[in-house]
Amino acid sequence: MSLENKNHQLLSKIATNDKHGENSPYFDGWKAYESNPFHPTKNPQGVIQMGLAENQLCFDLIEEWIRNNPKASICTPEGVNEFRHIANFQDYHGLPEFRNAVANFMSKVRGGRVRFDPDRILMSGGATGANELIMFCLADPGDAFLVPSPYYPAFVRDLCWRTGVQLIPVQCHSSNNFKITREALEEAHKKAQEENINVKGLIITNPSNPLGTTLEKDTLKSIVSFINENNIHLVCDEIYSGTVFNTPTYVSVAEVIQEMEECKKDLIHIIYSLSKDMGLPGFRVGLVYSYNDEVVNCGRKMSSFGLVSSQTQHFLAAMLSDDIFVDKFLEESSRRLRERREFFTKGLEKVNITCLPSNAGLFFWMNLRGLLKEKTFEGEMKLWRLIINEVKLNVSPGSAFNCSEPGWYRVCFANMDHETVEIALRRIRAFVNGREKGKTVEIKRWKSNLRLSFSSRRFDENVMSPHMMSPHSPMPHSPLVRAT
Amino acid sequence: MGLEIEQEHPCVELSNIATSETHGENSPYFAGWKAYDENPYHEITNPSGVIQMGLAENQVSFDLLEKYLEEHSEASTWGKGGSSFRDNALFQDYHGLKSFRKAMASFMEKIRGNKAKFDYERIVLTAGATAANELLTFILANPGDALLVPTPYYPGFDRDLRWRTGVNIIPIHCDSSNNFQITLEALETAYKNAESMNMKVKAVLITNPSNPLGISIQRSVLEDILNFVTRKNIHLVSDEIYSGSVFSSHEFISIAEILESRQYKDAERCHIVYSLSKDLGLPGFRVGTIYSYNDKVVTTARRMSSFTLISSQTQHLLASMLSDESFTDNYIKVNRERLRKRYEMIIEGLKSAGIECLKGNAGLFCWMNMSPMLESNTREGELKLWNEILNEVKLNISPGCSCHCSEPGWFRVCFANMSEETLELALKRIRDFMNNKDRKDIGI
Repeated sequence: MSLENKNHQLLSKIATNDKHGENSPYFDGWKAYESNPFHPTKNPQGVIQMGLAENQLCFDLIEEWIRNNPKASICTPEGVNEFRHIANFQDYHGLPEFRNAVANFMSKVRGGRVRFDPDRILMSGGATGANELIMFCLADPGDAFLVPSPYYPAFVRDLCWRTGVQLIPVQCHSSNNFKITREALEEAHKKAQEENINVKGLIITNPSNPLGTTLEKDTLKSIVSFINENNIHLVCDEIYSGTVFNTPTYVSVAEVIQEMEECKKDLIHIIYSLSKDMGLPGFRVGLVYSYNDEVVNCGRKMSSFGLVSSQTQHFLAAMLSDDIFVDKFLEESSRRLRERREFFTKGLEKVNITCLPSNAGLFFWMNLRGLLKEKTFEGEMKLWRLIINEVKLNVSPGSAFNCSEPGWYRVCFANMDHETVEIALRRIRAFVNGREKGKTVEIKRWKSNLRLSFSSRRFDENVMSPHMMSPHSPMPHSPLVRAT
Repeated sequence: MGLEIEQEHPCVELSNIATSETHGENSPYFAGWKAYDENPYHEITNPSGVIQMGLAENQVSFDLLEKYLEEHSEASTWGKGGSSFRDNALFQDYHGLKSFRKAMASFMEKIRGNKAKFDYERIVLTAGATAANELLTFILANPGDALLVPTPYYPGFDRDLRWRTGVNIIPIHCDSSNNFQITLEALETAYKNAESMNMKVKAVLITNPSNPLGISIQRSVLEDILNFVTRKNIHLVSDEIYSGSVFSSHEFISIAEILESRQYKDAERCHIVYSLSKDLGLPGFRVGTIYSYNDKVVTTARRMSSFTLISSQTQHLLASMLSDESFTDNYIKVNRERLRKRYEMIIEGLKSAGIECLKGNAGLFCWMNMSPMLESNTREGELKLWNEILNEVKLNISPGCSCHCSEPGWFRVCFANMSEETLELALKRIRDFMNNKDRKDIGI
């Protein structure tokens, strides 16, 4: 039933602009992966997906818990007596036991150094929904939020698309390991004000995506002072807070404001989700935690547009209030992430590839500046295409994250098994060695123009496979199957 | 804690959206809920509490769902093999689980007695119809534009269609003179009304079957509406959330059927909203869909659905359930029958209390006419009576003014969110109330 799309139907400006962000190179690499996905036995020469920040290292722990806790599901004989009540429950406050469990979990992730009030927890459709929701609450169309770069590419969609808010990057540089400086914040803020742009707040991601670093306490305090003095909001996306695997110990904004009495708490808001820490992106569990009563009030009403399925709330309430499980999970997940990162980065060091020192996240920030033929963003893209086409790895180029310097790439390491990591390393080694020896690398012409802009094609999803249009699609036939 | 100066208002303003009242929660629709929350009826622990009749929920068929779950353990696991849980937990593709979309398309076809076909590739998933309606509005209209909506309408539309989108609702007035049917005249008047306020009309949004009226729209009216939107070159959104709650299967006509009969000419202006919250009684699961005949809308809606995807865990469960044809066939039939029985029970009960209702054929509520009881034929009169019913009769019903009804005296009364016994009790209370009123009238 394919109908002729007569173009006289006018859609809204939002519907017809580009702010959905799907024309960014962040998603282009996926196309190469989609058309040739790696599989250990069926397609060992395929592209390895390293552009997807997923945590697949601890499913075994969760699966074990599920087997031992049939009551957590409303579909099992043990749990079906709750079905009626749960299926009917659409209160936007959320199941009390769910909020309690999440507050407890968030506290544990922060080593018990801070407690969270379950009544300040708002639900939304993943962190994607949460980030958009908080913008709707804090800013009007045309207002701006400062955001340190490099930053998560989909922020453009999440924070700006339907809200009409604009992002003002605060550039950070490798000279000081991309630290956010007071000077940079002040400068960006001042410049915006001179251009008559109304800055409503600052949004930071801590731990950082794509850097994988956590903010030092002093930096965080300085940030809090900055927003406090300038009377603007601070949104802290702490979606990776449970993926910290090394020192320095994680410091959340929640801890810092405990120590800073002069800080106006009404300005502080935390975004969280279970998509990264627990590896459950499919369950769409996003939260806004606000210290501002009005935001909680209005945000709660807004959460109607993206409530968490009560089935999922019920399941997670049980799992996250199991203290023994949670403690074991957090510890084991940390350990596996740390080992994985170390293995990978050590392997890279053998071919003189360094990465930004990092202690968190599902990725590391790889420095390939030495391999760039020209130290420009064109050079970065050229090298990126080589990596995709020849090395057959989908990594994400720094420019997609609005990085100020060319030559950096984000490499995800937690969405594959160990054997695949070894294969990836082998390929990188071969590539680097080949390049050093001055081997000319053949690039098939038809693949060189990877920078496809979707607007150059008909909006016809039958032309491309459904997954290509989606920025978040793990494939059913993913290369995550354990190598046999 | 040091010298803290209490700030009356937060020192930094929130957005206009945050501080506006467009969320609509200060309407009487929600005020009655408060009274209920503070004093909820319970058969044993609080038999004189407020009975909730303002909540359009379907609780009459849970046993069918529970039975299904008990008999199909595969719905509780994630399928064979250890990796299935993993795949499901990772699945965040905004296209949605294919098996689920196929099951939804099939279910939507069955509800319409297979008189229309649905292509699962045109189904976009959202977390509830609440999100679907808002999302469509974002796509079809710009801030300041207008949607035409027939009155009386679901109070939640004020929030869903207007709050964050900045779009306006212009009412298409309907009244009891013709059983609240939508007329061409009313459509034209609403359109002109919008124009006179310098608003660009972008769409007509109908709910079919109607909430709060509880009737399905007649074929000729649907044809008229479709012709109207075509003439004006605007969109048509048909919220068919109650399509599975029609008491008699052959009485419901979906816009999908009309489009099919026209060989889909001009269909790209049409979009259907559906959800499992009413027909299957699963509001907690947040399952909404947009079915659009417009490719661009499908693509854009899909992208936007990133903000409001359905939990993959829930998609998996429902894919299983809804692709079980013997289950769905039986469910649709039995559910329909039970709703019809409830409806007849409440209509009879109200009749014996001297209250007339609009003749309905669908939904989880009836549209009750209490205008003869009003002290004054005004909104105030209606609210006064409503308050009396809430505080003295201890029934939370929805006053017509909260549904933007232009005629005072009508109330929406839900009947499917309680047991039969509770419904009997509610009817008894109403009878007593009416008897007392009579006695007062004749001075006893």
